[in-house]
Amino acid sequence: MKAIRILFNNIGDAFKSVFRNFSLSLSSISCITITLILVAVSIILSENVNKFTDDIEKDVTIVVYIEKGTSENDIEAMQAEIEKLSNIDSITFMSKEEIRKDMANDSEGIGNILGEYDEETNPLLDEYLVKVIDTEKIGTTASEIKEMENVNTIKYGEGMVEELVKIFDVVKKITVIIVIGLIVVTAFLISNTIKITINNRKRQIEIMRLVGASNSYIKLPFFFEGVILGFLGSIIPIFLACYGYIFLYQKLNGILFTEVITLVNPDNILYHLSVILILIGVIVGAFGSYLSVRRHLKI
Amino acid sequence: MNLIEIKNVYKQYKNGTTALCDINVSIPKGDFIFVIGATASGKSTLIKLLYRQEKPSRGDVFVGGINVAKLKNRKVYKLRRKLGIVFQDYKLLPSLTVYENVAFALEIYGLPEREVRKKVMNAIEKVGLKEKFRSYPDQLSGGEQQRVSIARAIVNSPKILICDEPTGNLDPDTSMGIMEIINKINEEGTTIIMATHDKDIVNKYQKRVLTLEKGILISDKEKGGYLK
Repeated sequence: MKAIRILFNNIGDAFKSVFRNFSLSLSSISCITITLILVAVSIILSENVNKFTDDIEKDVTIVVYIEKGTSENDIEAMQAEIEKLSNIDSITFMSKEEIRKDMANDSEGIGNILGEYDEETNPLLDEYLVKVIDTEKIGTTASEIKEMENVNTIKYGEGMVEELVKIFDVVKKITVIIVIGLIVVTAFLISNTIKITINNRKRQIEIMRLVGASNSYIKLPFFFEGVILGFLGSIIPIFLACYGYIFLYQKLNGILFTEVITLVNPDNILYHLSVILILIGVIVGAFGSYLSVRRHLKI
Repeated sequence: MNLIEIKNVYKQYKNGTTALCDINVSIPKGDFIFVIGATASGKSTLIKLLYRQEKPSRGDVFVGGINVAKLKNRKVYKLRRKLGIVFQDYKLLPSLTVYENVAFALEIYGLPEREVRKKVMNAIEKVGLKEKFRSYPDQLSGGEQQRVSIARAIVNSPKILICDEPTGNLDPDTSMGIMEIINKINEEGTTIIMATHDKDIVNKYQKRVLTLEKGILISDKEKGGYLK
């Protein structure tokens, strides 16, 4: 009972002190708000870059052209052989007839030219469309397929794909570093601001020690205060991030510049983002103030 | 058994200054003791040893059975809960009312609110500030602020009240008012140790007087007065 009363006293004290030291609380809250807005923006950016690179990587396909006159049995055997390779995600067969129709549908001119051929004289080749699991190893997989029998040629945008994958990898790493960096900066800024707040309350801590408050009793309200400040500081960034991103998403119809770049659906990101922002605010706030108050407990 | 026992205590600060040299004092329960001496005589250091603001370099300081010399930093609160401390600069929190400043010392015990209110009002009444319990420190005079600090020190009925120059910032009349309150607290059974510069007070009250000079206890007299 006594412990519960002390705990509630502590939480009550934390609330009181947030309002009593309002100007200092406000500076802590605004510091948390500003840094969390930056964190939110960089998380949204990084999620979108990730989605874009994933989309592109998913689209990368090895086209395997099959030698003219290969029997149906051999074609099937080739599929089994390709499926045996370790890096294969999916494999689809396209007959030359299907390809001819597709091409004719895509462009009238080509349709006219190809219309002159029938099934027998179709100059195109049957093909397999192979998607790989790890795009970075696409070169190895492609060369393994090339070695197989009845393969005429293969194409996968040699060179360009590897370059693209490398660039995306760097971009992804950079965005992760930026997000982590921002979180560290946030932690530093918040704990610094709280340190100033606490320096201003040295006297309060000193008196608490003198009237016989134990160290943990002194630390607890500051801990709760940090939680409250962190929570309050994360409200505006959450609203800005959610409404801002939804607005942007609707305004742009979910795409950026071209249909190749589709944006992450707000439903898939904003819940996590809100939870992450609250957690960063609360955890950094709580520990920032907890650690700062410790320095003053040696009186 | 004595409530406070100071045995062969030396205190040397890191800068080399010797503040106390071989101090031996026994203080029985209920005593009223003045600690006097010029500036830098070591009286403040002696007082600070009692509530473990300072640790002795050598020797033992027993306060209410606790050896202060060996008390760990995180256990200091156990000692301070047995004490009431009054300072020259009052050490009140400006953002709290008189009532809250006094109640502050009780919060740590997690007492029910009714009990807290009773004890706090009791202490405020003892120092004669019942009418002003809603005021903030900056709305009070120096003497009144010191009375609030005394109320805070006695609200938990400590066995020992330590006063570090409590009248140092006050005019003679106000000082006498404060002394009357402290004397009354002593009459109710609390042991008082008070460092002071004030000759008039020491001479008027005729209590036990410890005189320090350059860190040495040069006199310990029952019903003494101010030397020289």
